[in-house]
Amino acid sequence: MERNTLLERLERILPTVEKPGRYVGGELNQIYKEWNSVKTHVALAFPDIYDIGVPNLGLTILYHILNERPDVLAERVYLPWVDMEAAMRREGLPLYALESKTPVKQFDILGITLPYETLYTNVLNLLDLAGIPLRSSERTINDPLVIAGGHAVFNPEPIAPFFDAIVIGEGEEIILEIINAYQEWKTASSPRVNLLAELAKIEGIYIPSFYEPEYHEDGTIRSIHSLHPNASLQIKKRLVAQLPKPPTRFIVPSIGVVHNRVSVEIMRGCTRGCRFCHAGMVTRPVRERSVDEIVSAVREALDATGFEEVALLSLSSSDYTHILDLVSRVADETSEHYLTISLPSLRIESFSVKLMEKLRGSRQGGFTLAPEAATERMRNIINKPISTRQLLDTAREIYSRGWTNIKLYFMIGHPSETIADVQAIADLCKDVLAEGRKVIGKRATLHAGVSTFVPKPHTPFQWVACDTLDQIEAKQSLLKRELRGPGLKLTWNNPHETLMEAWLSRGDRRLANVIETAWRLGAKFDAWQDQFNFEIWQKAFSIHRLDPSFYTHRQRAEDEIFPWDHIFTGVRKAYLLSEYRASLLEKTQNDCRQGCFACGILPKYADLRRNHPGNHWKCPEVPRRPVKVPMEQIA
Amino acid sequence: MRRFRIQYNKESPLQYIGNLDLHKVWERYLRRAHIPVAYSQGFHPQPKIQQAAPLPLGFLSQNDLIDVWVEPDTWTENVFLTHLQATQQPGIQILSVSSVPLNSPSLPTLIQSSLYRVILLDPVNLSELNHRLSLLVARDSIIRSRRNKTYDLRPLIEKIELIPLQEDCVAFEMQLSAREGATGRPEEIISEMGIDPYAARYIRTGFIMRE
Ligand code: SF4
Repeated sequence: MERNTLLERLERILPTVEKPGRYVGGELNQIYKEWNSVKTHVALAFPDIYDIGVPNLGLTILYHILNERPDVLAERVYLPWVDMEAAMRREGLPLYALESKTPVKQFDILGITLPYETLYTNVLNLLDLAGIPLRSSERTINDPLVIAGGHAVFNPEPIAPFFDAIVIGEGEEIILEIINAYQEWKTASSPRVNLLAELAKIEGIYIPSFYEPEYHEDGTIRSIHSLHPNASLQIKKRLVAQLPKPPTRFIVPSIGVVHNRVSVEIMRGCTRGCRFCHAGMVTRPVRERSVDEIVSAVREALDATGFEEVALLSLSSSDYTHILDLVSRVADETSEHYLTISLPSLRIESFSVKLMEKLRGSRQGGFTLAPEAATERMRNIINKPISTRQLLDTAREIYSRGWTNIKLYFMIGHPSETIADVQAIADLCKDVLAEGRKVIGKRATLHAGVSTFVPKPHTPFQWVACDTLDQIEAKQSLLKRELRGPGLKLTWNNPHETLMEAWLSRGDRRLANVIETAWRLGAKFDAWQDQFNFEIWQKAFSIHRLDPSFYTHRQRAEDEIFPWDHIFTGVRKAYLLSEYRASLLEKTQNDCRQGCFACGILPKYADLRRNHPGNHWKCPEVPRRPVKVPMEQIA
Repeated sequence: MRRFRIQYNKESPLQYIGNLDLHKVWERYLRRAHIPVAYSQGFHPQPKIQQAAPLPLGFLSQNDLIDVWVEPDTWTENVFLTHLQATQQPGIQILSVSSVPLNSPSLPTLIQSSLYRVILLDPVNLSELNHRLSLLVARDSIIRSRRNKTYDLRPLIEKIELIPLQEDCVAFEMQLSAREGATGRPEEIISEMGIDPYAARYIRTGFIMRE
């Protein structure tokens, strides 16, 4: 479709849909380049609506890295909400990128980020709206190269056939190598498979079509075969030795989106080793940015955006080495204009209260802590050892320092959890509220956010079964019964959504058919409560004669080959297994900042570490290799 | 403290954002421009800015107005204008900045009527349309309902005129009442003439203000 025709039709459609500002681009700090002024055109897509996609930091980083190259342009793509999708399909409008309104199909490369699994049907909807064949095998030289990245793709198998290439790990450096390989291939004008073969040589790139799983009778994996000489048997995650300068010229949406703020990643990776935590395992090792770099990024970004909020992002703020210094300096930087600073994931200790007190406006939002479990036994199993005493002391301090609301995050469904452990969650919440009542009386409130644990690949719990529907419902109804009354609020997850997340997380390649069928039957926006449809998924499973409980409720044998075993996060499977065994013995493991216990990162990335010595990377230094001098030279 | 009135055009693509969003766009624009905006007192201090009159989603506007209070008494129109012009905000074009007495009435209460230009996107039969327009203006009352309330649209139409453009395209120029509780909306007039209100581009071109 001609660009002008598209714009004319849009002008008539937009006034008829909800929040038309989602579909027009042109925001402050958008980067627009003339189409013909560059060699390579990249569409960066978040497979959900604009409101969710714009704040995504991963895509923001890639957008800036790519647009810095004079021979490349990168534009943004989001999914239309259902009303706009209906209008686009009715009018025959293809999915277009926001900056130039060019149809996605005309781009050279389409990169889709997948931070979580419940976006998979949206990927198919996105490809379909763009007019791109769903499966890599059906695409021709006239289709863009379709690649994926993000945390979910550490198990790429359920979506393997839909992508030409999948980026495992951090994208900052690899994205430019992909561009180079693409440009070389394009000049040579050779078949598409040659491009994939070149990409396969890049460390961190997985070409699904170059592999084939073989199954046992019982549906577990016998082995994974490589079908191409360039396809190595293990895909090692890419990582950057030092976090590059953070983006600061954030796009400022003209309409409200989920997070309207400057986000600066202060540290990547986590050393705590909570056994349920996917992010904590796949983002190792810890790399920090310096206080100076963060502070100047905040200053630059506020100048460039005018945002009213700054978020300092990491998996565990309290673990950042100079957190107090950082928070004080960022607070100074933002003292004008009543800006707010948000600081997620604080440890349960009084120091956290001191940190939060430095942040203006923080009292309005309530104080969030994540004990995750309520009994000592459970906390040992998940390796999040904090004492109940410490939690109650911290809570009392929070209430007495001006906060009226505490939000506590818990998870039900941890391995070997009993109903008594769940009862303990309810009791603990009431005890915390009672502390609040002692200091500020009836003004004290407590919000318990109780999600359901989903076992994730590449974690020590990748072997365990997810709770069944009955178990989840029994636990939730106990909580609903116990946690009501004045001052108490409880939120929980829809158990059906939990199960979907569970089968998608540890699925194999056979699930691709289920996902495609579910989408054809109407599944999309599965992450949206009001759009998710469990029956469709059940139907799709039965059409393909697969049993969802094989993926969700099955306890795996210790020696089972997992569908994702050829994807290597740097953390060894043997290490994960030892952590799993330790959990069975209720033994905890220290934070590895206090002593490396060889999770696998250091030996696997020893050269990288050696070449990037220094304090920013929290694994121990690797000494320079002694230079071997041949004997005859000494003689 | 001083009070300034900014005259500006709201251009594409900002026609697709609502008033609350436009308010935020202004807050951030002023912050980026390092303008020392005054804040309201209280628990949740808010920047003191006030728009003239809400604009329906989808409308462009010209000669729009917004009042901004700044803290230092030393600020002048010129300093303000230079700061704004040195900072970009896509979709907002600054026309002028003037100083307003602190105690003058609030901007929305000064607006009496709004002027609109409505450009029809499809070619029309001019004489047929002229006929429909004359029938419309000849009516004594045009009863319509908006949000389950009926009202008479006719007295809200102060002036309306058909302007031929090139190649069978036309525009309407309208002056509609914009007093509180008596606001005429151009898309309702368009649909009253039997034209698809979505097949038109709407521009509010200015205000008629009370002395
Ligand atoms: S290699 Fe050692 S220090 Fe580095 S992340 Fe693993 S356990 Fe921690």
